Amino acid sequence: MNSKMRSVVNEHMDTIIEKWVDIMKEEKGERFFHFMPHHLVEKTSREFTTLMTSNINEDQSALNNERLDDFTEKVVRFGWSIKFVNKAIDNFASVVFELLEDKEVITEQNLRIFMGVFTSWINPLRESIIEAYAIKWEQTDTLQKVALQELSASLIPVVEKVSIMPLVGTIDTERARLIMENLLEGVVEQRAEVVLLDITGVPVVDTMVAHHIIQAADAVRLVGAKCMLVGIRPEIAQTIVALGINLSDFTTTSTLRRGMAKALSLTNREIVEVE
Amino acid sequence: MDNRSSVEIFTEWDIVAARQLGRNEAKTTGFGTVDQARITTAISELARNIYLYAGKGKIEIERLSTNGMNGITIIASDEGPGIPDLRKVMEDGFSTSGGLGAGMPGVKRLMDDFKVESEVGKGTTITATKWLR
Repeated sequence: MNSKMRSVVNEHMDTIIEKWVDIMKEEKGERFFHFMPHHLVEKTSREFTTLMTSNINEDQSALNNERLDDFTEKVVRFGWSIKFVNKAIDNFASVVFELLEDKEVITEQNLRIFMGVFTSWINPLRESIIEAYAIKWEQTDTLQKVALQELSASLIPVVEKVSIMPLVGTIDTERARLIMENLLEGVVEQRAEVVLLDITGVPVVDTMVAHHIIQAADAVRLVGAKCMLVGIRPEIAQTIVALGINLSDFTTTSTLRRGMAKALSLTNREIVEVE
Repeated sequence: MDNRSSVEIFTEWDIVAARQLGRNEAKTTGFGTVDQARITTAISELARNIYLYAGKGKIEIERLSTNGMNGITIIASDEGPGIPDLRKVMEDGFSTSGGLGAGMPGVKRLMDDFKVESEVGKGTTITATKWLR
């Protein structure tokens, strides 16, 4: 029976793919089947169906892992949601089921047995696709975390005695710790006398962020440098005042440029135009 | 309820999610950048309080429209330890966690209406509203 099913599926592969793509186009919330170039849809659909039928064709219980990896990578890159992938499997299964019913491979008599064969075919596939998918996402997530960490909080020596730390994005406890570490290490290493903390790219300055900045500045003072807070946008200035945060111990400026000028004058220098 | 949305607070990153939601809702309501920053900061404070003191809770954001007035309400609720001395937490500079102690009084100043209900051992609900002028 299994072989009969296999031959019918193989024989009508094109009809299956066509029907499946048609159904997938009806699915809401997924633009893939509408906006991707036709040949790409065709190729991906073919890959998907090959994957789905791989374990009945090759008579192997284990899935072809390499192919599975390839496919999930592609799907993640296209941005298919896991719900959509699951739907794709469901739809594929029902298309095949209908076809088998049509060709009278499945009849009322053998329906019960066939359900067993059918589920033992589809379910492991679903499991491994979803698992591979989840692993792929986890990898992306870890990579992004690492990338973010590399991006966050580096101290840049711009001119002698003056260094800048541009802060971009949300500051959480972990990043606050990184900022503090990099700031202190950098100040000592770069022999900076003035450090500019640029918060232009920080979306929200609440009491916690302010607290961390104040602590960092205090620590910088202890290692013998001066910390300036630059890039305070008008709306941030207003919320800081409303929160009642006292930054009067700081030199603060609205833009990095002004901060730079101030830092230079603090170290008895200035920028002059060459004649 | 279409104009009400909420974020559960479990981790530090949920604070960011709550903030993002608040900013979007504030934008939709028609608040300017300064008020958007105020609302977002208030949400950040309230969400952080939940995270720090109660461990878990919920931030709800509701868009209001009554008597021709538009506004936004933040409801921060948790089932944490509660606040023993309400007057004390509203004082500037009072903190049990070594912070700046500007959070609660700060939120009151950032928003227009502010109400705290708290029962020790039961939890805390804070409601704060900002009206669009």
